[in-house]
Amino acid sequence: MTSSLQSEKMQANEDSVILNELDAGSIFSKHKPHISVRNLNVYLTKNHILKNVNLDIPDKAITCIIGPSGCGKTTLLKTFNRLLQNSMDVRIDGDVLVDGENIHGKGVEVENIRKKMGLLSQRPCPLPMSIFDNVAYGPRIHGIRRKKTLKIMVEKYLGEAGLWDEVKDRLKSPATSLSIGQQQRLCLARGLAVKPEIILGDEATSALDPISSKKIEELFLKLKDQYSIVLVTHTLRQAKRIADYVVFMYLGEVIEAGHASEFFNHPKEKLTKEYLDGYFS
Amino acid sequence: MIAATLAIVVSLFLIFVAVVRRGLPAMSWDMVSKIPGGGFYIGKEGGLLNAIVGSLYIVIGSITLGLCFSLPIVLYINLYLPEKSRLAQFTRLSFDVLFGIPSIVYGAFGFTIMVYLGLRSSLLAGILTVTMLIIPILIRSIDEVVRRVPKEMKDAALSLGATRSEIIKVILRQVAPGIITAVLLAVGRGIGDAASVLFTAGYTDGIPTSLSQPLATLPLAIFFQLSSPIAEVQDRAYAAALILTFIVLILSLAGRYYSRKYSKNKI
Repeated sequence: MTSSLQSEKMQANEDSVILNELDAGSIFSKHKPHISVRNLNVYLTKNHILKNVNLDIPDKAITCIIGPSGCGKTTLLKTFNRLLQNSMDVRIDGDVLVDGENIHGKGVEVENIRKKMGLLSQRPCPLPMSIFDNVAYGPRIHGIRRKKTLKIMVEKYLGEAGLWDEVKDRLKSPATSLSIGQQQRLCLARGLAVKPEIILGDEATSALDPISSKKIEELFLKLKDQYSIVLVTHTLRQAKRIADYVVFMYLGEVIEAGHASEFFNHPKEKLTKEYLDGYFS
Repeated sequence: MIAATLAIVVSLFLIFVAVVRRGLPAMSWDMVSKIPGGGFYIGKEGGLLNAIVGSLYIVIGSITLGLCFSLPIVLYINLYLPEKSRLAQFTRLSFDVLFGIPSIVYGAFGFTIMVYLGLRSSLLAGILTVTMLIIPILIRSIDEVVRRVPKEMKDAALSLGATRSEIIKVILRQVAPGIITAVLLAVGRGIGDAASVLFTAGYTDGIPTSLSQPLATLPLAIFFQLSSPIAEVQDRAYAAALILTFIVLILSLAGRYYSRKYSKNKI
C-alpha cells in the first residue's frame, strides 16, 4: 500500500516536473501543485461533462476556474471532494491527486478527503443550529468534545472569517438570524474549523451583495498564505482582482491555464481571447 | 374563496356548538375522574375515565411504535436509495394507497389476525391496529418535509467530513417541526377513530393494567352511548366528544409550541 502510494506520489512529482519544464517560469516553480488532475473524464447520465481534463492547482495560491455556464466548472470542483458520487449515474475516469494521493483510489476514506477541503457553496447554507454549533459541528464530528477547546476553536475561526466581532454576543442565536453575507462568512468559518488545506468556492460570492462579496474576496486574499484556494467564478472581474492562477474551461475542456497576469494580458488561445473580450459569456 | 372559507368555518362552528350545547350540561368532574359505575349506561353515576385513559394509551403507544417504523423508512428512501429509485417511488405509492383505506378495513384485518392467533381483544391489538392506520400518515407527511431538505445542506455537512449517520442528525434537526406536525395529524386520526379499535381493543369499564387486557376508547364510548334510547346517556356521548375535542386541542397547542421552539434553527 505504502509503496504504491509512494510510487503514485513520485509519479505526480515527475508529472509536475514535466509540466514545469513545459511552462518555464510558471507559478509552479514557486507553488507546488496541490491538486493534480490527470486524464479526467466525467459522464453524467451518458453526457460527457468533463473531457480529458489535465490540470495542476498550485499550493497556497488562489486559482480561479472561469468559463461560460454549463462548461463543467462546478462538476470539476465537485470531483475534488468527491461530492459528485452522490448524484445518480456518474462515471468518473482518470485520476485526481491531492498531495500525490489518488482520491478515487481504493481504500481511500472519503471523509478524510472531504476533511481536507472546505466547501463554500453558491448560496450560503448554514446547518439548522446556532452560530456556535455551526462552527463547532466539524470539530465535533471529528471527535473534539471538550467545551473549552470548542470555544477556543469557534472564536479562532470566526475571527479568521472576520465574523467574530459581529456575532460574539449572540453565539447562541440561530444561524439564520444572520444576513446572507454573514452566513457565507459563517460557512467559511465552519469550513476552516475542520482544518482543511484547500478551500473550494463554488461561485461563493454570486448570491451576495457587493459589500459582502468584497469582504469574502478580502478574506480569500488574506487566507491564501495558509490555504490553497480554488474558486469557480462567473465574473471575469473577480478573477482579475484576486486570481494568481486562472483556468479557462469551455464545453468540458480546459482551453487554457496559466499565471493570472500572463493569462489576462497575453492569452495564447483564440477562444480565451474571445471570452476575455466578451464575445461570449 | 371567501364563501368557501365561510361555509367551512360556519359548519365547523355549528358542529362545535352542537357538541358543547349537549355535552356541557352533562360534563362534571365525575365524568373525567371516575370509571363507569353500575347502571352508568342507563343514566346512573360514573364517568368516562376508562375511555379517556384507554384512548391516551392507544395513541401514545401507536405514535411511539409508528415513529419507530416510519422514521427509518423515510430516511432510508430519502438518503440511502438513489434519487428516482423505483423502490422509493413504489414505497411512496403504496403508502398513498394505504392512506386511503378506510379504518374499518384495518380493524377487520387486525381482527382476522387475532382470530388466527387465538388472541382476545386487547390494548396491544388496539395499538398495533391503530399503528397500521397512522403509519401511512406519518410516512407521507414526514417524507414531504425530508424531501424538501435542500441538497446543499447535505453537501455542506458531507463536505465537512460527516458520515451518512451524522447527516441524519442534521436532517432530523431540520425536519423536527415537520415531524411534530405529522405526529399531530396522526394523533388526530388515531384518537378519533372508532372502527379500527371496535374489534381489536374491545370495550370494558375498567382501566387496563397490562397489554393483554381489553380497554375502552372515547370514540367507542361516543358510539355506544349515542345509540342509547335514553336522552341523558346520549348527552354523555356529547360530553365524551367534548373531552375528545379538548384532548386534541391541548395536544395541538403543545405541538405548536414545540414546533415553534424547534423551528427556531430551521433554515
